[in-house]
Amino acid sequence: MKPLLDVHDVSYSYHTLSGETKALNRLSFQVQFNEFLGIVGPSGCGKSTILSLIFGLLSPESGEIKIHEALCKDHTMPIGYMLQKDHLLEWRTIYENALLGLEINHQMTPARLKAVDQMFRDYGLEHFKNAKPSQLSGGMRQRAALIRTLALNPGLLLLDEPFSALDYQTRLNVSEDIYTILKKKHKSAILVTHDISEAISFCDRIVVLTNRPATIKEIVPIHLSIEEKTPLKARSAKEFQDYFNRLWGDLND
Amino acid sequence: MTEPVSTYQQAFINNDRRRRRLVAFCQILILVLFVSLWEGTTRLGILNDFIFSSPSRIVKTFVTMAGDGTVFYHIGITLFETFLSFFIVLVAGILLSVLLWWNRSISSVLEPYLITLNSLPKTALAPIFIVWLGNNMKTIIVCAISLAIFGTVINLTTSFTQMDPDKLLLIKTLGGSRKDMLSKVIIPGSVPNIISNMKVNIGLCLVGVIIGEFLSANAGLGYLIVYGSQVFKLDWVLMSIVILCIIATALYALLNLIEKVYLKRHTQ
Repeated sequence: MKPLLDVHDVSYSYHTLSGETKALNRLSFQVQFNEFLGIVGPSGCGKSTILSLIFGLLSPESGEIKIHEALCKDHTMPIGYMLQKDHLLEWRTIYENALLGLEINHQMTPARLKAVDQMFRDYGLEHFKNAKPSQLSGGMRQRAALIRTLALNPGLLLLDEPFSALDYQTRLNVSEDIYTILKKKHKSAILVTHDISEAISFCDRIVVLTNRPATIKEIVPIHLSIEEKTPLKARSAKEFQDYFNRLWGDLND
Repeated sequence: MTEPVSTYQQAFINNDRRRRRLVAFCQILILVLFVSLWEGTTRLGILNDFIFSSPSRIVKTFVTMAGDGTVFYHIGITLFETFLSFFIVLVAGILLSVLLWWNRSISSVLEPYLITLNSLPKTALAPIFIVWLGNNMKTIIVCAISLAIFGTVINLTTSFTQMDPDKLLLIKTLGGSRKDMLSKVIIPGSVPNIISNMKVNIGLCLVGVIIGEFLSANAGLGYLIVYGSQVFKLDWVLMSIVILCIIATALYALLNLIEKVYLKRHTQ
């Protein structure tokens, strides 16, 4: 079966007047349907650049990024992008924030609005629809941002360190929530993070990058001996520490 | 707030109330002292009330001119010109700033010209406006606009271009275009800036209108001031100045009120 996403031999450089910086050097990897792929690497190695390339905000200098045609056919927005912070607009209510993507894409149809309402109920935000972002906790804000992304029903989600702005406890809870929601909705995801534990607990496979210019050090499939993996359960699996040590070694070579 | 208030809390509240009363008392005292000193010295002949007028003469003049409605006519003209130029500055300022935000090249090209025009004392242009536009209201409006527009454009363009780049990235990640960035982020996010800019502009427009009326007008408070000084009707001049003080304060208070209402509605 063809993969959902095929990144083939992709390179990218940044240009400034003082010179050229090679960010990515000949990366190749694939994402399968319903797979969560993690990308870890030292900070500043170009992890976010990969997401920008996949989303199409940037174009690769060489190489090719192919998206499965089923993804483009079945979804208004094939790819959803979640940034590091929630960036809820403070002059809008939570509900208005969640509808931002639909407004922009002129998709305010009854069916879509119903789906959004359902998500507000499912994710415990129903009573906060008319609240302003400043009235919500970090975890609730992140869930609101997730509804905003999911409202457009993307098949593949790009998560750019979406938990890094949260405190530790909230972070574990939100990652648990988002994992469960995305798996239930049969989404695929790419999680970019510098947190090794987070990657192991969240992902099915992990791409390890080297320092700039980033190349692929190795791709590690995660197999944990637990039933019905969730990020919190994964952390207590007996293989967890082994994976941690392996990735830690990779990053500190 | 049914909880009993502790003595320390009560003392704090009393202290604050006392301080505020003292401030209000001093403010009124200054006004009363100034007015009575002015009235007293002119009554006693220390100051010549033909040149310095006096509070009672100003009130008398106002009552006479209010009786035949002329004072309201002049106030109306000045207010109309101020509001008209203010709204033109507001609309044109936002439109031009949007254009400069939209096209960085135009913005870079025009930057030195905007800075020069903004620093130029616009009063120097007023005589040219009379020659070009004639001795009429057009000159006054253009004069007022010229005073406020350049600062507005510079100010708003800066506010637009300094908008959080991550919020603009968010619009892109939701599939939005530059038009969406403008309507969903730039404009709604700049409303507080636009309002604080309006607060400055209403004052500038009033200044511009008075300058314009000095030079080319046959009505309005600025006209009354110039005409009064030429025919030695200092009562007219000083009455107009007192009225201008009241108008300027009232206009500023109005904009302050708009700002408060906006902030109350949009931040909790």
